[in-house]
Amino acid sequence: MTNRRDFLKDCLAGGTALATGTAAGPACARETRARPPEALGLLYDATLCIGCKACVAACKQANDNPPEFSTVDHIWDTPLDTSAYTFNIIKVYRNGTMDHKDEEENGYSFMKISCMHCADPSCVSACPVSAMTKNPVTGVVGYDPDICIGCRYCVAACPFGIPKYQYDSPTGKIGKCELCRHRTKDGHYPACAEVCPTGATLYGRTSDLLLEAKRRIALKPGTITRFPRGRLGGPDQSWEGAAGKYLPHVYGEKEYGGTQVLKLSGVNFQKVGLPDLPEDAAAALSESIQHSLYSNLAMPFAVLGVMAFAARRSVVKQSEDEGKEEDQP
Amino acid sequence: MTRHEHAAPASLGGNLLNPATIVCAVLAAVMLAILLVRFIYGLGLVTNLNDGYPWGIWIVFDVVIGSALACGGFSVAMLVYIFNRGEYHPLVRPALLASLFGYTLAGAGVIMDLGRWWNTWHIFWPGYANPNSVMFEVAVCISLYIVVMWIEFSPTFMEKFGKAEAKRKLNKVMFIFIALGTVLPMMHQSSLGTMLVVMGVQIHPLWRTPLEPALYLLTAITMGYAVVLFESCLASSALTRKIEMHLLTPLSKVMLGFLVAYLLVRLGDVAVRGALPLAFVPSLEAAMFWLETTCFMAPLFLIGRESQRRNPGRLFLAGILLMLGGALLRIDGFLIGYETGDGFNYFPALPEILVTVGLFSLEVIGYIVVTRRFPVLPRDVQAVH
Ligand code: SF4
Ligand code: SF4
Ligand code: SF4
Repeated sequence: MTNRRDFLKDCLAGGTALATGTAAGPACARETRARPPEALGLLYDATLCIGCKACVAACKQANDNPPEFSTVDHIWDTPLDTSAYTFNIIKVYRNGTMDHKDEEENGYSFMKISCMHCADPSCVSACPVSAMTKNPVTGVVGYDPDICIGCRYCVAACPFGIPKYQYDSPTGKIGKCELCRHRTKDGHYPACAEVCPTGATLYGRTSDLLLEAKRRIALKPGTITRFPRGRLGGPDQSWEGAAGKYLPHVYGEKEYGGTQVLKLSGVNFQKVGLPDLPEDAAAALSESIQHSLYSNLAMPFAVLGVMAFAARRSVVKQSEDEGKEEDQP
Repeated sequence: MTRHEHAAPASLGGNLLNPATIVCAVLAAVMLAILLVRFIYGLGLVTNLNDGYPWGIWIVFDVVIGSALACGGFSVAMLVYIFNRGEYHPLVRPALLASLFGYTLAGAGVIMDLGRWWNTWHIFWPGYANPNSVMFEVAVCISLYIVVMWIEFSPTFMEKFGKAEAKRKLNKVMFIFIALGTVLPMMHQSSLGTMLVVMGVQIHPLWRTPLEPALYLLTAITMGYAVVLFESCLASSALTRKIEMHLLTPLSKVMLGFLVAYLLVRLGDVAVRGALPLAFVPSLEAAMFWLETTCFMAPLFLIGRESQRRNPGRLFLAGILLMLGGALLRIDGFLIGYETGDGFNYFPALPEILVTVGLFSLEVIGYIVVTRRFPVLPRDVQAVH
């Protein structure tokens, strides 16, 4: 009887450890990852955006995506949101009389929505088969349909609602912005930044883009300054204009450990459709739990050992009690 | 330690073609037809899935809830073999059989939900597998567990086909499979909860916690016992068998132990994280939280006393409530408390529901066929049909 109690305790201890191993493994806790030093990205400045949607059209073309219609006439590509066939979209914030651009009250604003290329992406952590991967040098989050099993865990995991699935196809793929990584080898850069007439969408190294964003925020609204276009650090296409009225926040600097796509806006970021995210990435927490429980399978094997020992003892004992050997499951 | 004498299991016998199996067969055929459409035209035509709700009832009901309800085999085997409570032995085979079907079909259910199913093997391929992914862990564990359960159950088939020698050999190493059969469900049932963690802020704070694995494991165990109570009471009335009250009464006490542990973790966690005030904000989430919590609390009052646990009606009801509570915890986390942004709604489409119903019907057919043709249920309590 004493023996049995000991077993009970052992087993319970094993089970509880397994169940609450989260508390047990600070050694396995993984910090939120930072961007790679050479990370590439975009800076979108809503105060410069004129809503021409040249970037939306260029993105469609660069990625060979079909048009999507939301009007009766089916003439123009008019997607209402990103989808598996639309990787980039300009959304509009409207309030009251919509008299002033970039103002919350009686104003309006634009916001570009596409993959943020997170420093510590949830989609990459979630993907069971490494179909979503983050390039260790450029930090670009790419997708490989030949590996993908179509489980859509990435769709569920991304806090920006970016990866989207083709539900209308028997061989549906995930669609999302990959920062035009297929165009870089012939000297191109992301199509949206290439075509943007105002420099509202600017391509470059994220560290440089962050400095540029902070420079703009520091300017007094109305100050005349130069705005680069296309690629930051590329051929000079800059123009002179007046600085906008920015919120003192570079969205993407710290969110979920930082993103490689950064945003500036005059209107509250949550109002223009971006989530309010903490500085610690969900991927870091998820992987910390996962690895605390399963690092080198130490805990599962320990519990297995206890279980096997207990089971063996019970099987023998119960067969003796029953007086026959075949009484097993 | 007193042991109850119990007779060896035997097949029930009886006709396989009866109204129950025929209805189930029709429902299963409907499912196959819908799946044909799904595989030819894609998921969109037969489901209401969308990018706000990429997972619907096929995942949340058939896999997440279905596998938890199929934890009867694991819960009872743990009691009998790990805690050495041989008196519950007659419950092992029936519970294991239900689990076997539950899990096997949950596994099949995953495949039909996978958008690029022909790549499924990538999960098990070293070059592709991603051990950081919680889903990777769940997929590998569930696959292994299905194999382990078939091995655990195989003596039943060996008895039927007179393979005494093979059975004797297998029984020598059976303890390994029994041990695996308890560790693997612990691993993936807890990980099914961890799957929510990477969704981060998209999960309502009432269900967003790093203790998710503990919550899902504890409720999977209580659901396992609850299903055994439910099935035993149901089978007894349907087959006019004597209810095994001498087993169910103490079993329900074990179940209550796990339930109390769960409630302490669950309510303590919600309170410590400061999410409790959200339970008092009028919202669908708050209402669901209370419904879920009520399902878990009510059994404490229903069968809290020993005398109450001798009442089959009360056990039956408590079993149903705990199954419901566990199901709600999962629905709330994966669907109700999951918010990816405005403009997305999800309610399962009719064909989607019919597939889930069809899958369940297949389980029922399987259970009937096997119990009638193979030695599963204890001989002394069988009915003549
Ligand atoms: S191309 Fe530039 S200005 Fe035009 S909508 Fe896109 S970001 Fe705005
Ligand atoms: S925005 Fe979403 S899809 Fe893009 S890298 Fe981040 S988690 Fe992945
Ligand atoms: S849908 Fe494809 S890319 Fe997304 S998580 Fe699943 S396997 Fe990975």
